Amino acid sequence: MTDFFSTYVWPGLIILGQSVLFLVVLLVLIAYILLADRKIWAAVQMRRGPNVVGPWGLFQSFADLLKFVLKEPVVPASSDKVVFLLAPLIAVTLALATFAVIPVANGWVIANINIGILYVFAISSLEVYGVIMGGWASNSKYAFLGALRSAAQMVSYEVSIGFVIVTVLLCVGSLNLTDIVVAQSAGLGTMIGLPSSFLDWHWLSLFPMFIVFFISALAETNRPPFDLPEAESELVAGFMVEYGSTPYMMFMLGEYAAITLMCCLTTILFLGGWLPPFDFIPFTWVPGFIWFLLKAGLVFFMFAMVKAFVPRYRYDQLMRLGWKVFLPLSLAMVVIVAFVLQLSGWGAPGA
Amino acid sequence: MSALLASYLPIVIFVGVALILGLALLVSPFLLAFKAPDDEKLSAYECGFDAFDDSRMKFDVRFYLVSILFIIFDLEVAFLFPWAASFGTLGWFGFWSMMVFLGVLTVGFVYEWKKGALEWD
Repeated sequence: MTDFFSTYVWPGLIILGQSVLFLVVLLVLIAYILLADRKIWAAVQMRRGPNVVGPWGLFQSFADLLKFVLKEPVVPASSDKVVFLLAPLIAVTLALATFAVIPVANGWVIANINIGILYVFAISSLEVYGVIMGGWASNSKYAFLGALRSAAQMVSYEVSIGFVIVTVLLCVGSLNLTDIVVAQSAGLGTMIGLPSSFLDWHWLSLFPMFIVFFISALAETNRPPFDLPEAESELVAGFMVEYGSTPYMMFMLGEYAAITLMCCLTTILFLGGWLPPFDFIPFTWVPGFIWFLLKAGLVFFMFAMVKAFVPRYRYDQLMRLGWKVFLPLSLAMVVIVAFVLQLSGWGAPGA
Repeated sequence: MSALLASYLPIVIFVGVALILGLALLVSPFLLAFKAPDDEKLSAYECGFDAFDDSRMKFDVRFYLVSILFIIFDLEVAFLFPWAASFGTLGWFGFWSMMVFLGVLTVGFVYEWKKGALEWD
């Protein structure tokens, strides 16, 4: 019996505590990412943005949460009620579930599994179900059309994201996210004689893929300029049109969690995760998770600036970009990267 | 419990916590918020009209085509993952066998392109 407790119960409770802590920190972070998004957007348009609740509007997201919880939940009479309420639950659970394998510093990860990147890829593929179920169950024309568009868009860019991940894996030789970060401590920078610097990270050696991944991440998370599913001038709010109260908030939370995940993934795959930009004294004093947060924050800043600057794409342009530009480009890069690695023998020696 | 399965236990717990959190958010307005439903409020939104007919209508076949293409290419990516992970040990034989596979798929892709399956106009 004591054996049972020492092998299952105590480790389980520790993991439970870690999971709750991680999720609380993550949700607070998402609340501030949402505020940062609004503030950056406002600053570009010479507005103040939310500035009433708390100093500089710092508590705005929490006020919004309270407002959503106290709003009347409306379930349309013609909707499929179980699926209608299940959809936001699936969206938010899957969006948060991917963070179980994200390493924020060396060893700081809930589940250090060998197939980390495959897990992230699989779970983010499932996120399209929340959209489809929500749009179908609403039984409203706007929601239905919005869900179709959204699903087609998400799956289109999923493919090029997959190929980009494969090019990174070719250079690393492991599916473990921690290994992917560690592998970036030596790379192109070392070869050209500038070892232990930010030039070692994959963003330089795989630069075209870095750009393709960033733009695909925008499309995958339905961010502007690819926010066609909720093109408010034609589809009102896309698949979310019938949602209000916390179900609506859960879709938004899922969306921002997916955006945060994409920022973290860009950091891990291309920007060296928790590695400092220069591997000598003043930089190595800063703990790894600070570097991770700074890098992910930088990527999110780019997300927010794109939203503020770029006009919305048309749907046929969006599909052309995904299928006729990014797919052939990333497919060709897989072949080129594999060929170069094989020819030069730079590839990972293998496990 | 084997070590391999044990490494997945944290994921189960993490997803469980996320699910409980989502459920709490979903249920809370049904318990806390003021409710006064009426027929108009519960009808589907359609610019002030009553809905003319059911919304589950015919839709463009291209959405279906895109999802089929997605399955083909996503499966292809799934094949590439183990190949990429063990790339360093496979040598030229592993390289060329995957190139043949990618070549066959590229032929299919070119056919789709020429056939106009990727056009949206």
